[in-house]
Amino acid sequence: MEIMERIKQQIEGAPIVLYMKGTPQFPQCGFSSHVVQALAACDAEFTDINVLADPEIRENLPRYANWPTFPQLYIDGELVGGCDIVMELYQRGELKTMVEAAGKG
Amino acid sequence: MQLQNQIIHKLSNALTPVHLEVVNESGNHNVPAGSESHFKVTLVADVFEGDSLVKRHQRLYQVLAEELKSGVHALAMHLYTPAEWREKEGAAPLSPPCMGGEKG
Repeated sequence: MEIMERIKQQIEGAPIVLYMKGTPQFPQCGFSSHVVQALAACDAEFTDINVLADPEIRENLPRYANWPTFPQLYIDGELVGGCDIVMELYQRGELKTMVEAAGKG
Repeated sequence: MQLQNQIIHKLSNALTPVHLEVVNESGNHNVPAGSESHFKVTLVADVFEGDSLVKRHQRLYQVLAEELKSGVHALAMHLYTPAEWREKEGAAPLSPPCMGGEKG
C-alpha cells in the first residue's frame, strides 16, 4: 500500500492516535513521554504507533500534516499538535474535553 | 551560537515578533557539549491572531524548514498573540525585539 494511504488509514482508524518515539511503557523521548502522561491523566484510550520501529512512517509522516517532529497527536483524524500544544491544552483543561468527545463526532 | 543566531534572525524577519526568546537547551540532552540540537522558542506576534495552535506552529516550521532538516532535532515552541502574552505575563511591558546588532 502506498505510504500516505497507510498513514491516512492509521490516523482515521481510531479516535485517538499518537505517533511517538518508543512506547507508552518505554518512551524513548521526553516529549513523547510528556504527551503519554497528559493523555493518561485524562483517562484517554489511544492507539500508539512507535515511529522508531517503522522507519517508513517516521520518514513520511512529517509530510502528511506539514509537521516535521514527533510526537504527533491526532484526534478524530485531525492533527492536534506536538508536545507543546498538547501540554498547553492539558493545562487549560481542554485536552480532557477533546479526549472525551473523541469518536463521538 | 551560529545556529541560534540564524534562528533568531529568520524568525525576526519572517514574523516581526514583539517578543522573541530562543534558548539553546541542548545541554539538557544526551548530545556533545556545544551542540545546537534542542531549542526552545518563545515568540509573541500579531500574526498569530486568529490562528489555531497548529497553524502557529506550522508557520514556524515553515520558516525554519532548513534548520530542522540540518541539525535541529527538537524545537519547543510557546507562541502567543500580544493579548495572550499580557494575560499570561501580567502588565509588564514587552521588550523590543532584537534588531540584529552584535554584542561588543
